[in-house]
Amino acid sequence: MKRTDRMAESGPASNIKGIDYTGKKISMWIFLYTELLFFGCMFLLYAIFRSQYAAEFHISAKEEDIVLGTINTFVLLTSSCFIAISIAAIRQGKKRVSMWLQFATILCAVIFLTIKYFEWNAKIVKGIYPNSDILLGMGNGEILFFGLYYVMTGIHGLHVLIGIIVIALMVYYTHKDVITAVEFAKLENTGLYWHFVDIVWIYLFPLFYLVT
Amino acid sequence: MQIMDKPNITAYKTYISVWMALCILLAITIAVVKFNLLAHFSVAGSLFIASIKAGLVLYYFMHLRHEDRLVKGTLIVAVATLTLLIILTFSDIWYR
Repeated sequence: MKRTDRMAESGPASNIKGIDYTGKKISMWIFLYTELLFFGCMFLLYAIFRSQYAAEFHISAKEEDIVLGTINTFVLLTSSCFIAISIAAIRQGKKRVSMWLQFATILCAVIFLTIKYFEWNAKIVKGIYPNSDILLGMGNGEILFFGLYYVMTGIHGLHVLIGIIVIALMVYYTHKDVITAVEFAKLENTGLYWHFVDIVWIYLFPLFYLVT
Repeated sequence: MQIMDKPNITAYKTYISVWMALCILLAITIAVVKFNLLAHFSVAGSLFIASIKAGLVLYYFMHLRHEDRLVKGTLIVAVATLTLLIILTFSDIWYR
């Protein structure tokens, strides 16, 4: 069969009735691959410096509050579960359930950022922040550890903040019936993004809190 | 590519089971570090558990199990690219 024949058979015209579910998601996946390399390179940087300053990284990680880190991990895992169920709910036509679950996801994200604020604040009060005199007085290993800590958790936090805005938009879309049992790709893609943010934290948590 | 197929709806129960598994794995990670169960391999151990958690999120929450070859294939390419970057960088650092 010639290529043009095949295209005629499986081209857009023959799929007017169907919805291209993969097509609606593939650009989000491709975006997440760029995010994977973006965060991946920061993890690589962490790994390189950790291999060179293992002892300093161990000592610095003692500054981190394991209890707060664990609570935050639990909060993000739960939020991921909420948004996943919200998609299943909207597909069953349960609009209100879906909206509440999306709202619960936002609430979890806000709790996460609030805890993050207290963690950062505890360190900043002690004078440990980029370019502070106290931090610059420490060794190279400590400077690198806290530098990476602020950059990586900061950029991750920025992703959480963007997530809150996007999920809030999805609550509005669900309310306005833009997102329905048939047309749920926007919510599904938001879910993909949110799960990725969760995965990044799954790796950040052991690397910054548990290397003591 | 199965364009016309509407992917399956996952039951709430599956998501809650996965969430419980993730919480148990989180508890194991903490226990391993707190009680120093793996001694020198505790970082490797917690990263291994993190990878299982990431895998569960990808497979169930991100519906990778319902995706077709296009998504699975491109994901493999992306992960392989990152792995290659890591291997090349470390081979440079270790054998320079």
